[in-house]
Amino acid sequence: MATNGTEFESVRTVSVVRHYKLGRSLIPAVDGVSLAAGRGEFIALLGASGSGKSTLLNLIAGLDRPDSGAIVVEGSDLATMTSEQLAQYRRHTVGMVFQSFNLVPTMTLYENVELPMRFAEVKRKERRARVTEALEKVGLSDRMKHRPSEMSGGEQQRAALARALANRPKLLLADEPTGNLDSKTGTEIMDLIRELNRTLEMTVIMVTHERSLAERYANRLVFLGDGKLVGESINELEKIGAGR
Amino acid sequence: MRAYDLIELAGRNLREAGLRNSLTTLGIGVGVASLVAMLSLGIGLQKLATRQLGRSGLFDTVVVTSRQDSRGPRFAQAAPVTAQIKPLDDVARHNFEQMANVAEVYPNFSAVGDVRLETDKTGNHFTVVGTLPQSARTSEAFDDVQGSFFSSGTAEEAIILGDFGRDLLNLPREPRGTDVKLTSDQASQLLGKYIVLRYHKREAGESAPLAGKTTKKGEADPDDVDSADGVKAEDAQSFNLVPKTLKLKIVGIVSSEPNRGLRQGRTPMFLPLALAESLDMVQAGELWSTLRPSENKTYIALIVRVAKSKAVSQVEDEIRKQGFSTFSILDASKGITRFFTFLDLFLGIFGSLALAVASLGIVNTLVMAILERRREIGIMKALGASDGDVKRIFFVEAGSMGILGGALGAGLGWAIGRAINFATNIYLQRQDIRPENFWVVPVWLVAAALGFSVFVSMFAGLYPASRAAKLDPVQALRHD
Repeated sequence: MATNGTEFESVRTVSVVRHYKLGRSLIPAVDGVSLAAGRGEFIALLGASGSGKSTLLNLIAGLDRPDSGAIVVEGSDLATMTSEQLAQYRRHTVGMVFQSFNLVPTMTLYENVELPMRFAEVKRKERRARVTEALEKVGLSDRMKHRPSEMSGGEQQRAALARALANRPKLLLADEPTGNLDSKTGTEIMDLIRELNRTLEMTVIMVTHERSLAERYANRLVFLGDGKLVGESINELEKIGAGR
Repeated sequence: MRAYDLIELAGRNLREAGLRNSLTTLGIGVGVASLVAMLSLGIGLQKLATRQLGRSGLFDTVVVTSRQDSRGPRFAQAAPVTAQIKPLDDVARHNFEQMANVAEVYPNFSAVGDVRLETDKTGNHFTVVGTLPQSARTSEAFDDVQGSFFSSGTAEEAIILGDFGRDLLNLPREPRGTDVKLTSDQASQLLGKYIVLRYHKREAGESAPLAGKTTKKGEADPDDVDSADGVKAEDAQSFNLVPKTLKLKIVGIVSSEPNRGLRQGRTPMFLPLALAESLDMVQAGELWSTLRPSENKTYIALIVRVAKSKAVSQVEDEIRKQGFSTFSILDASKGITRFFTFLDLFLGIFGSLALAVASLGIVNTLVMAILERRREIGIMKALGASDGDVKRIFFVEAGSMGILGGALGAGLGWAIGRAINFATNIYLQRQDIRPENFWVVPVWLVAAALGFSVFVSMFAGLYPASRAAKLDPVQALRHD
């Protein structure tokens, strides 16, 4: 395990706190979580709904800011970044997939995958090559001109994965990626994520409430409850590479 | 984000909600059209007014007379000329010419004579003859000249008014005071042809009793000696009147009087200024002034043309200081300019109201779009769009609606103007009034309307854009 040496470290959170205001009271969604992920590691965040796992993921994604604590990704602290720097960080360092896929319904598959590269100001010629490459990786090369509504759930999630890969991020964040899929396509997606994790050496942090899924794919399981870290277990089975 | 990506994304967003955005754009178009229509009416009316006045040459003209003359002919002899009163002679003329901002100085020349076409032995037309300086070439009256201007200041040529042309051709008269443009057929019967002018030359008198009957070219008939001759003959001291004839080539026909200025009455025929001065024609209104003993040649009035109308009052003051009487209608022009500024302002505000309402349409449409595209904005932010990127997309959308609406509106406004011009002119023609363009849409107005429309649209997009940029991606992406 490589969680201590900084050169192997991808993500580290230090006593991260994030409250939400509900009327007059403050609800601590994430309450002092310290967590580290090594480069190329596959971590599953587990917990009941409301345990703060999605909030933590959004914080690591740079979509939200912590009220206190630090989130250091690839050497820089997100908590001190300007909103423009955060946008850049999301653009270049992170790829995200969601439970509800979140493809833009009015865009074709090609355009959806191309979208993050527009923000990253990638040249048109290069974009074409990268879209093709990403779609090949997820096996959707022949559906470029289709709109999301013309694709199955599994295909949509694969498209979302291709989009997450477009800017070649070091970190893949997945929020219940199989939540809207049947178990067979869910397995396909998870296989794909693990493959990306291994071949591209991408760090993966995945939020899920399905323990079995986590045990099957993740190196490490992290348990959250009421915004706090309540347990951690290293997946021995996965570690010896007998995932299936 | 690169500009073309920005435009492409904004463009596809606009297309996505096509109907709504088209309606909003149409609203902007109507707003711009009303603005353009209102302002072009104002501009058109102003042009119409200033064209009439500008053609008249009133606003850059100062008429200078001697103070001596202003007392009237009867006093001229009774009261001896005092030292302070300066004669309006060539010295004064030269002085005026040297002043700053003075474009030219020329005498107010008006003589009378009989005119007929060379080929038409019978039809004599008694007429007033005026002169034009070479600078009159740029007068608006020459915008639609048939033929040309004088070839030189001393050329034996004439420019005539259209309705006088009809007289020469013995055609029936048009209603008085209307500008007549001859058909090209009629014009070709006159242009390049010669007319014969009979006039009276003023010759220094050597106490010859009656010079009226001496003709040099044998063209004049006995009727030539009019009453003026009779009066003059009694005062044999000053000068004699010698009837003369002169052949002039018609080089140009205009429909309205060039350099009308403060000229009185109607002058249907013009000679080059230098030629007319060399002819020493007896001028109308000159009789009394020439009865006065005077060694030098004096002018009844000099026309001082000022280079820019702003300098009129300054030039007027200077001339007055030199001891002459002046007249201009500067104050009238000031009032007219002020009136049209207010009219334009008023019409502009009126026209802008519709545009203001239309800009609310933009705000409405874009705020709706934010609600609708909430999730999409969240996605874009998650994929790395900065607040600025989101803001710019909405801004470009608002701006595009502004450009399209502005172009549409400018076109529409222009079309409305054309239609109204067309309709009013049909009416005017029925009333036998010369058609005019009340509606003028200058290029700058189109450009300004476009720019203004884009500006207003962008301004309207300000609030929606910043609201979209501030959208919290976590909230937007929360699955419902």
